[in-house]
Amino acid sequence: MRRLATHIARILAIMLLGGFLGATLVRLSPGFGVDEQELDSSLSHESIASLRQSNASDGHLGAFYFHYLNRLLHGDLGTSRTLQQPVRQLLAERFPETLESVGLGLALGWTLGLALAIATVMSRSWCVDLFSSLLAGILLCLPAAMMALLFVIARAPGRLVLGLIVFPKVFRYSRNLLERSANLPHVLTARAKGLGSLRVFLWHILPASGAQLLALGGVSVSIAFAAAIPVEVLCDLPGIGQLAWKAALGRDMELLVNLTMVITMVTLLANSASDLIRNPVHAGAA
Amino acid sequence: MKWARVIAIVFLVTVSTACLFAGFVAPASYDKQFREAPDAAPSRQHLLGTDDLGRDRFSRLLYGTRVSLLLAPAAALLSSLLAGLIGGAAGFAGGWVERTVMAATDLFLSLPWLFLLITVRAALPLNVSPMVSVIITFALLGSLGWAAAARVICADSRALCQSDMVLLARASGNGGFRLLWRHILPNLKPVLYAQFWISVPVFILTEANLGMLGLGVSEPLPSWGSLLRDLESFSTFSPEPWRFVPLVLLIVMLGCFHLAVQKQESSL
Repeated sequence: MRRLATHIARILAIMLLGGFLGATLVRLSPGFGVDEQELDSSLSHESIASLRQSNASDGHLGAFYFHYLNRLLHGDLGTSRTLQQPVRQLLAERFPETLESVGLGLALGWTLGLALAIATVMSRSWCVDLFSSLLAGILLCLPAAMMALLFVIARAPGRLVLGLIVFPKVFRYSRNLLERSANLPHVLTARAKGLGSLRVFLWHILPASGAQLLALGGVSVSIAFAAAIPVEVLCDLPGIGQLAWKAALGRDMELLVNLTMVITMVTLLANSASDLIRNPVHAGAA
Repeated sequence: MKWARVIAIVFLVTVSTACLFAGFVAPASYDKQFREAPDAAPSRQHLLGTDDLGRDRFSRLLYGTRVSLLLAPAAALLSSLLAGLIGGAAGFAGGWVERTVMAATDLFLSLPWLFLLITVRAALPLNVSPMVSVIITFALLGSLGWAAAARVICADSRALCQSDMVLLARASGNGGFRLLWRHILPNLKPVLYAQFWISVPVFILTEANLGMLGLGVSEPLPSWGSLLRDLESFSTFSPEPWRFVPLVLLIVMLGCFHLAVQKQESSL
């Protein structure tokens, strides 16, 4: 119980620090408070000065963050400066969309990646190995934004892109892990004793690499969330990735701090969940 | 697989050389407009045609590849150095220093890297010159990409501190900075090299992502991001397959890179 409480406290502390880090980076950037309208040559010096004055209304970083935390304690996440809507409402509208995309992407990426990795290791066929390695290699060399654009051009559903981004990482890591486990002395002995492939895989290979595969589970959530930004922007999916891009372009500090905290929280929760499941699995395998 | 590695390295060297000498190889400058021939199809004069502003696509591809191939290793060098210094010092010092540094890396790793980059890159001044935007983009990549490598190096540095070699050095009167500088850091070189080579393709891909979102290198200077962005206006009704050449080159270059550094990748 004490361990769980420490874990939750750690997540909360990192979340708040993450929000503060995001706000600090934006606030200290030389272009903070600069508006695109300033590039309008028809504006006078006075107009530009007043524009800057209004954009710099977020004031001192420490004060901003103190007020932000104070409001957060009362359940108020503030109002987006660029979208003129309460941040809580924006998050409530867009978070399910991203969760759905990320969930589908993870399911697709893991199914495809793990299935091909198992097929490669168990079949020991160079054809399967070459095909799956080539596929994963090509996908690994494609930027997430490019993959999203190709899906737009092909009029394919954009949500599937996340699956293709997660797939090569899952495939490569799990293939290496399974291959290493398949060459362990006790697995070779089991094979030599004439155990069937399925039995060897389920009883000997999988338990030896299960804990490390679960660790990849947490990391893949982070990969999918990061990739959701370019994918949602290019495929026009109204999720928090698109919201993050809009907030960044609009230098919307209120929205950025909240998004940073939400994304940090999701990543940390995914990693903690995989740790919690991994420890008993690891102990069982040992 | 040895022959595949050799072919990959030869291809990488050939393309890199052609791009380094883009000034001699390219038929025109990357920003020269042929206003009489916008959106032209490939011809003897324009090997890959021209873009909608009449600029030679082949020249832009050479210059863009040069930007990415020169600056991604520079960013990788910066991030590897930062990781080496931070991770190495943390593992060497141990105790609260190590715990603090590891907490900082936890914080960096829990924030998706692309999100952090987009946030910071978007908040930079709007009226910077293309050259400054290139330097800012890759400097950001380098300075924000150290966290994962620092963890690995910290663990290696800690293991080295407990090795017989370092114990002997301590017993011989070496301590503090001298021990770190003469005995720990030189032995971290293989891990640092591996981290460097692994980071290069990651930075090239990240720049391409940023460029496609309009947050990378500013026009008219080309980079892989801005070259791929050109595909946004691609239409299936009037397919122009030569517009995919930058994408194919990117895939082949990165594929060759992965093949060439396979040993380093598997060593981590």
